[in-house]
Amino acid sequence: MNTFPVSAAFALSLAAYAAGGVASLASWRRPSMARNICCGAALAGGALGGLAAVLGILQGTPVHWSVPSGIPLFAYSFSYDALGGFFNLILAILTIAVSVYSFGYLKEFEGKRNIGFFGFLFHLLLLSLTIVFTAANAFLFLIGWEVGALAAYGLVAFYHEQRESRQAGLLYIIMAHADVGCLLLGFALLIQGSGSAEFASFHTAAAHLSSARQSAAFVLFFLGFGIKAGVIPFHIWLPAAHPVAPSNASALLSGIVIKAGIYGMTRIFLDSLGGVPSWAGLAVLIVGVVSAVLGVLYALMEHDLKRLLAYHSIENIGIILMGLGAALIFRVAGHPLLAGVALIAAMFHTLNHAIFKCLLFLGAGSVLHSTGARNMEEMGGLIRPMPVTAFCFLIGAVAISGLPPLNGFVSEWLTYQSLLAGFGATGGLTRILFPLAGSMLALTGALAAACFVKAFAITFLALPRGAEASHAHEAPRSMLVGMGTLTVGCVSLGLGVTWFLPVFNAMTEQLLGQRVVANLITGGGFVLSAGTPHSGTVSTAIIAVGLLTLALPAALLVSRATRRFGRKSGPVWDCGLPALSEENEYTATGFSKALRMIFSVLYKPRREIQAVFDVSPYFPKEIRFESEIEPTFEKWLYAPLQEFIFRISSRMRTIQAGSIHAYLAYIFVTLVLLLLFGVRK
Amino acid sequence: MTELLTNSGLQLVLLLLVAPLLSGMIKTLKARLQTRRGPGVLQSYRDIFKLLRKGMVIPETASWIFTVTPYVVFGTATLVGLMIPMTTTHAPFSLFGGVLAVVYLLALGRFFLALGGLDTGSSFGGLGSSREMTISAIAEPAMMLAIFTVALGANSTNLSEMAKVAVGQSWRFLAPSQMLAFAALFIVLIAETGRIPVDNPATHLELTMIHEAMVLEYSGPYLALIEWGASIKQLVLMTLLVNTFFPFGLSSNWTAQTVGVGLVFYLAKLLMLACMIVLVETTNAKLRLFRVPELLMVAFILGALALISTFLF
Repeated sequence: MNTFPVSAAFALSLAAYAAGGVASLASWRRPSMARNICCGAALAGGALGGLAAVLGILQGTPVHWSVPSGIPLFAYSFSYDALGGFFNLILAILTIAVSVYSFGYLKEFEGKRNIGFFGFLFHLLLLSLTIVFTAANAFLFLIGWEVGALAAYGLVAFYHEQRESRQAGLLYIIMAHADVGCLLLGFALLIQGSGSAEFASFHTAAAHLSSARQSAAFVLFFLGFGIKAGVIPFHIWLPAAHPVAPSNASALLSGIVIKAGIYGMTRIFLDSLGGVPSWAGLAVLIVGVVSAVLGVLYALMEHDLKRLLAYHSIENIGIILMGLGAALIFRVAGHPLLAGVALIAAMFHTLNHAIFKCLLFLGAGSVLHSTGARNMEEMGGLIRPMPVTAFCFLIGAVAISGLPPLNGFVSEWLTYQSLLAGFGATGGLTRILFPLAGSMLALTGALAAACFVKAFAITFLALPRGAEASHAHEAPRSMLVGMGTLTVGCVSLGLGVTWFLPVFNAMTEQLLGQRVVANLITGGGFVLSAGTPHSGTVSTAIIAVGLLTLALPAALLVSRATRRFGRKSGPVWDCGLPALSEENEYTATGFSKALRMIFSVLYKPRREIQAVFDVSPYFPKEIRFESEIEPTFEKWLYAPLQEFIFRISSRMRTIQAGSIHAYLAYIFVTLVLLLLFGVRK
Repeated sequence: MTELLTNSGLQLVLLLLVAPLLSGMIKTLKARLQTRRGPGVLQSYRDIFKLLRKGMVIPETASWIFTVTPYVVFGTATLVGLMIPMTTTHAPFSLFGGVLAVVYLLALGRFFLALGGLDTGSSFGGLGSSREMTISAIAEPAMMLAIFTVALGANSTNLSEMAKVAVGQSWRFLAPSQMLAFAALFIVLIAETGRIPVDNPATHLELTMIHEAMVLEYSGPYLALIEWGASIKQLVLMTLLVNTFFPFGLSSNWTAQTVGVGLVFYLAKLLMLACMIVLVETTNAKLRLFRVPELLMVAFILGALALISTFLF
């Protein structure tokens, strides 16, 4: 088979990212040029990367390249297979949308910020992600991983004059290194077993590992990739770091960078470790359920639009892990078909979440760009000055809430079906866990809908709540085009799912040895099925057509009635008091009050009201209201950990005396010990 | 294709006509039980007809979300109605969406209704939306657990398949899992259709209203669509309950005769369920909002028990 087109497109996209990064850094003195280079090169790289991914997926056979490096265990080996190709496809779609968006977005930076440096970090991130998704050597993978973490750090701390950004960056870099540490140890176990750092060699080696080592490797990789993906309880960096980055970078961070964790889990658990140990799937499923439910519950309490979106990333990673966990369980239980459906559910949700989360972050970026506010309580009424942004954000909100007929519904539907299939396919107590996980997915979906009613309505509907919101203006055209692309993606992946699914054939064949997509499509190609005969079916395309067909006569009825009986606009019912103002509107805090009280065991809310009055307490002159929830994980897990580390390090200070002689002695002793260790072997 | 079209047409007519009748019936029965005369069974038709012949007042602060909402509410409720077996086991749209699509389409309608409530800037709308989204979020897991219990027994989430399996077997309602699932779904039905003790459909008192608060600013034909949609949603959920747990009179053939017989049985079953709802509404007082989660927690536990008992028995 001719592998040249894939290789060429892939190499060119890498080159475009590398050149774009260097060129935008070089032209940092000319902001306008740097902006065009940064966005143009990213667009080109994204288009080429997308081309490579499409060609690679169509071709179906993996492409390998390897250049020896002369260093033991390290080689520049790349492998463009179905799994990596799929993640590269996601990356390419987001890169294209974000780079178009950035043409307009970065204009604001001109004369204020160093666009050249931003472009450098942006391209470095894209380059490293492409390498991560294609690396076939553990060390190459780790290098890509580390460079990506550093680039992401730069983007998180980009507004470095703000204390919030610096602190978020610090937290991010600490967590990122904890995660690299775990991965390094995990790979060390695999390399020890196989004697080579090539991914292909892990395949056979993992089967021969003792069960204790298999479990250790699983735990290390789950920790490492879990931190990257932001699963609970390793999530604390995510809602701190993603919101403070520039919005186009936040979109990539939440859209694809955390998905690198999902990629790693899929690659190592399904491909290298081959699904073992047997309890691995269960652990992934349970962690997924916890992340999904807690993620959305924390999101509900947020009034900062970007932090709210960041918490929803945790929720959606949880939903992805439910599918992935089910796939692992089915694989070990010997049901490759069900495992395939569950894997498709997880991977499709990965793509869908990437698209709508990127869209929502770009929408939040437009709002921020226009009003300068991140706090929803200062917004309102933006649907009038910003109609296109509002429409795109609404589509994203419907999609992320998992509502039909958009793409979020389809992948959640597939996840439900996999979970239901688990009841029949497994034995013992695990059986009960599956439908319970399904009901928690229902809770997650309903809470997400509540949260996005809040996010959309408080931001875009009713009257403006602050001065900035009333002077808002629509975003420039390039930003709208960037959001529009992703909006079209949400709709077309939802309605056209049966035409998209064959993309997964190569992936399930590679990882599970079976093509399953043919089982998922019935009803003349319009209907999605859950895989087994008689199980559930759904057709988003027909749902969409049905909704329109049923709404049409209703619209005709209403328009006839309004023509005859009139339609006028009037003031909102104000209970006979002087006209309603924005102060009477429901706030985001008010909206989530009921849920805050119902889940008060979890939130432990604290509120403080101080009223200042002259004569009677019924006529206060001034009221101060403060409300906050307890950050459980920070308080009970991370604060003690931090204290422990500080205590250890203050003890360690005694050996760090500041004398260069002592340090030279340490180096000498270490060297001797290492040599002795080497000789002994 | 022709069967699909006739079947859809028939079911659509049935949905649009029976839904207001059922609402009227519940109102009248309730009045009789409370020794009032009540408005008469046909009152809901008169209300819809009257609203369709009124002018509309659109709040000045509202955007296009406000105007789209009635269509979404009406469209989703009606579409869902086509996915549910009513008189025979053949639901016309069964292939295009099972019970998950039903739940999520109703959620789509609710999503827009809540947006419509917040769109006007009135505090009542916000209050109603907040409460509605909260209660439905708590009701959803209970509903899913109960539905899963039935779906796992039938090995499908498609409602026609589920009905076929139920018709094929001997009546299993006395199995613990079925009774527990029914109890859980009944509580969810009360919550989802906004009935006492969760919400009072007859109130306009700001402290207690949920659904009415959201639609306070709607008038004329838009209100007609929303009310009609709400009554169709109620019919759909009640149909789900009666046909899943009491599959009497359902036939897996689709002929004029089976449809006719099925219709008689169907209406009788609906009447029985309506009597149950009326009994609950009359003998209970409305719960405080923050007691509602406890009721729904009961439903969740019943659902979980139903599931565990399928596992055991």
